Formats: sequence, C-alpha cells, structure tokens
Amino acid sequence: MKLPLALLAAVAAAAFLGPVVLHAAFGLGTDDIDLLNRMSGQSALHPLGTDELGRDVLLRLLEGGRISLVIGIAAAIAAAAIGTAIGLAAGYLGGWTDRVLMRITDGMIALPLLPLLIVLAALDLDKLGVPAALARSDDISLIRIVALAVLIGWTTAARLVRGAALVTRNRDFVRAARSLGAGVPHILWRHILPNVLGPLIVATTLSAGDVILLESVLSFLGLGVQPPLASWGSMLSNAQELVTSAPSLAVYPGLMIFLTVIAFNLLGDALQNRLDPIGRSIAG
Amino acid sequence: MIRFTAARLVDMAAVLALMSFVIYVLIGLMPGDPIDLMRSADPHMTAADVARLKAVYGIDRPLFERYLDWVRATLGGDLGYSRLFGTPVVTALLPRLVNSLALMGASFALAFLCALGLGIAAARRPNSGLDAAINLFCFAGVSVPTFWLALILILVFAAQLGWFPAGGITTAGNADMADRLRHLVLPVATLMLANLGGYTRYVRAAMRDALAQDHIRTARAKGAGEARVVFHHALRTALVPVVTILALSFGGLVSGALVTETMFAYPGMGKLIFDAVMGNDYNLALAGLLLATATTLAANFAADLAYAWLDPRVSYR
Repeated sequence: MKLPLALLAAVAAAAFLGPVVLHAAFGLGTDDIDLLNRMSGQSALHPLGTDELGRDVLLRLLEGGRISLVIGIAAAIAAAAIGTAIGLAAGYLGGWTDRVLMRITDGMIALPLLPLLIVLAALDLDKLGVPAALARSDDISLIRIVALAVLIGWTTAARLVRGAALVTRNRDFVRAARSLGAGVPHILWRHILPNVLGPLIVATTLSAGDVILLESVLSFLGLGVQPPLASWGSMLSNAQELVTSAPSLAVYPGLMIFLTVIAFNLLGDALQNRLDPIGRSIAG
Repeated sequence: MIRFTAARLVDMAAVLALMSFVIYVLIGLMPGDPIDLMRSADPHMTAADVARLKAVYGIDRPLFERYLDWVRATLGGDLGYSRLFGTPVVTALLPRLVNSLALMGASFALAFLCALGLGIAAARRPNSGLDAAINLFCFAGVSVPTFWLALILILVFAAQLGWFPAGGITTAGNADMADRLRHLVLPVATLMLANLGGYTRYVRAAMRDALAQDHIRTARAKGAGEARVVFHHALRTALVPVVTILALSFGGLVSGALVTETMFAYPGMGKLIFDAVMGNDYNLALAGLLLATATTLAANFAADLAYAWLDPRVSYR
C-alpha cells in the first residue's frame, strides 16, 4: 500500500509543481519552440532532451502528467457518482427500472468499446447542438474525454451499488429505520450507501487507472487531447514517426503511463485486501 | 437446451438490431455528409445543386426512414460502395475480417494457454515467491498501454535486432507461408501480452477457489495423484467461470486488435474501422462496426453454450 501511494504522490507532486519550478528557475515554457535545438540529447538545461520542435521533453512530460491525472481522477469520480445514483435507483426501486438498467450494463460489457469510442470521439459537436463557443474552445478535447470515460465507466459502480442495495434493503436495521418513518433518501444515504463505500472506493481507484489508459489510447490515435496541449498519449503519437531516429521520445511517456496506471491498480488491490481480508472478490 | 439456445439467439438478434440503429445514428452525427464531400471537391456547386442532390439521394428524409431503407438494402446483401477503397464494401471487408480473426485467434489461444500455466502455478502455491512474481507480472500486463508495448517491440525486435518486420502482412513479391508467419509474430505477441495479465488473474482466482473446495480434499484423501487432482478435479471446476469471463472479454480483444493492427499497419477489421471513421467512409464504417459487434455477440453466445456444456449442474429450462 505504501509503495503505490508514494509513487502516485511523487507523480502528482512532480506534475503539479514541476512545471512551475522549471519555469521559475530556467524560464522554460511548455510550448516554447526552439527550432535550432531540435531532438537534442540530454543537457543541463534539458535533462531529457528536446522533441521534434525543440520543446523541453521533461517539462512536457510533467504537463502531460498533470492533464492525464486530472482527467483520470475527475472521470473516475464522476463515473462513480453517476453509477452510484443509478445503482441505488435500480437496487432500491427494483422492478422495471432495475431490469432495464441491468440489461444496459450487461450490454456495455459485451460490446467492442474502442471502435465505438472512436466514432463517438469523431462526432461533429455542431450536429449535437453543443454551443459553438464551447465546441471551439481548447478545453473541449478534455471535456470530451471525461464524458466518454464516464459514459463507459459508470457501469462498474452501478453494479456494485445495486448489489449492495438489494442485499441491504431487507436487512433488519433498514426495516427498523423504515418503520420508524425514515424517508427513502435518508435510508439510501445513511443506511445503504455506507455499506458499499469500501468496494466503491476500490472500484474508483481502479477505474482512474483505466481512464488514464483510455485517454492515452484516444490521444495516441489523434482523437483525445489536442495539440498544443501536452498529454502522454499525444506525445507518443508524435514520437511514433520518429521511433527509429529518436527512440527515447517514445520511451518516456509510455513509461510514465505504465508507472501511474500500475500504481493505481496496486493501490486499488491493496485497499481491497485491507477492506476485505478474507479475499472474497468485490465482483461477488 | 434447444429452447435456451433459441432464446439466446433471439436476444442476440434484438441487441444487434438495437446496436445497428445506434451505430447508424452515430455515423450520421459525424462531420460532413456525402454531399458536403462532393461540394468540397467541386467549387462550382451552388446551394440549389446541394438541395437537389440531397433530395436525389434521399438525405433530406427523416432519419428513421433512411435507417429502414438501409436495413432493407443490407438484408438484401447490398452494403454500398466504399469511398476509400473504391470497391463494394463486402469486397473490402471480408479479407480483413479473415486477417483479424487470424490475429485474434492466435493471440487468444496463446494467451489462454499461457494464462492456464501461470494461473495454475500461482494458485498451487498461494503467497509464495512465485505467486508474488506472477501477480506482479499480471499487474504489469493490465497496466501497460497496448500501443506502447507495440512501439517497444518494434523498437527492439524490428529496428534494433531486425529479427521481424515492423509492419504489414507480407513482403512485396513474396507470398509463402513462412513470410506471412514472420509478419504475424510481433502483432500476435503484442495482443497476447496485452491480454495475458488479465486472463492469468482470472485463472488464478478461479483455481484458488476450486482448490479450496471439499471435493478436492476428498480426491486427495482417496489418494489421487497431484496431477490428477489439479488437472482433472480442480481445473474442470475452475474452467467454468474462466471460460465465461474470457468470452465476455472478447470485446476487449477486438479493442486491443484495433490498436495492434493500427500500430503494425496490419490490414484487419480494427484498422479498417479506424481508417473508415477517419476518412469519412460512412458505408464502410457502418458495416465494419456492425460486423465487429456481431462477432463479439457471437463470442458471448459461444460462452453461454460452453458454460452449459462444462457445468452439468447448469440446467436451462
């Protein structure tokens, strides 16, 4: 548990503070292009060298990390919140709501998601009725990735919460609360949700890693974070064409994705073991 | 059993029909339409021409009507022409489906066999050094981005060592089997490694559950040899959940194949779908997505049947 937490803390600290420090100390900017100094090797000013436009690789790596982490955590939390609401509705209300929602989550598991996501990422936002001011802004690529990750990510939380709600709703303490006149929101919030909080935190941690992988794949395919914003996936996309002449450009971003995602996965696993030492799996 | 199979088939057809509508709507929401493409190619076109052409091709009609027309044509075997390839969609699609199935089949079979070996080895000695090592390997496997893995393999085995070609499916002018296989090595290795970690975790968990059951103790007490206990008694039990979960993860295999094919310029379905979406080739993208969905659903269907076959306790009314 300590190692993955330390690793994540180190990546986060470097990603959030690193660019500020580098800017203050050396006057480096993320998008500073230095065409006379392209693909240079390691130097005192550029510890990891420069890329094909002479931008500092270390700085872009840290900037990209900030974007990847923010997207990963934001999307994981949003997906957990939406999934929780849907799972509570399905598990507590039961009946048709439950059947429809569970069929949808079953269907999502079975579908080839990446091909469908590629279409979704390529949609024309004007045709969807998104305001032009938003559709043309720089942030739209970030919002789009978070939306896509939430769209496919909510099912895990929904399943977990639904299962817990089904089990808990007829337990004696819930019946007691109901007979004392507690309303549905109170029961859901005070009695059912706390019972599933542990597995929910585990699932959210694991899904943060998945989102970072998804972001990197979409950005790599040119459908995610758009230039000039840096992201690990888009840096790899640029590096792919230069893989024989400047292999290190392709190695660093992938290594960062790998370390961050494995840290999230190990953390989730450690949390799960701590919450559930007997080793029953959360999937039930 | 027959009724169960029939019910699942009806289910599958319903999901496929629903997905075909969703995909049709999504493709319609992509930037530009065929007439926009014509207009960008011909600066002399006027707004009146555009309206007339839209009426001629029926693009101005309601969405649902157009969808029904498309369904009718598709069921009649007419999937339209591909813009990118300049051939009927079926001609572009079928050879690539075969290529993809070869890639996915080989990767799946290898990953499954290796996962069985690793998972059983880890489950037999829980919490040993070997178990911990295999566990870490699994975590690495599920955490590594597939495209980066491909890039590293290309870097090491194609660029540095020169053992295998970096992409494509054959060397120009050389069509023998050995050459084809050499081109398959790196893509298959990528897709296999990308899935091995997850598969091994399933096998390990299922084998640990199976080995902890009472009938295993009974078998041991009767004096059955270790090999018989592990492979006959425990593996048979463990395979039931493993086969189900592996077939359900077929969608992930298709997604992984898309990335792998794109990285290795391997002419398969995944790369075809990606190129079709990027190149505004609507007919091809529609047919490709639908075929990928149908293939995945078919794998899930096979899993249901295998489940019933492997587990005699499962009864289907």
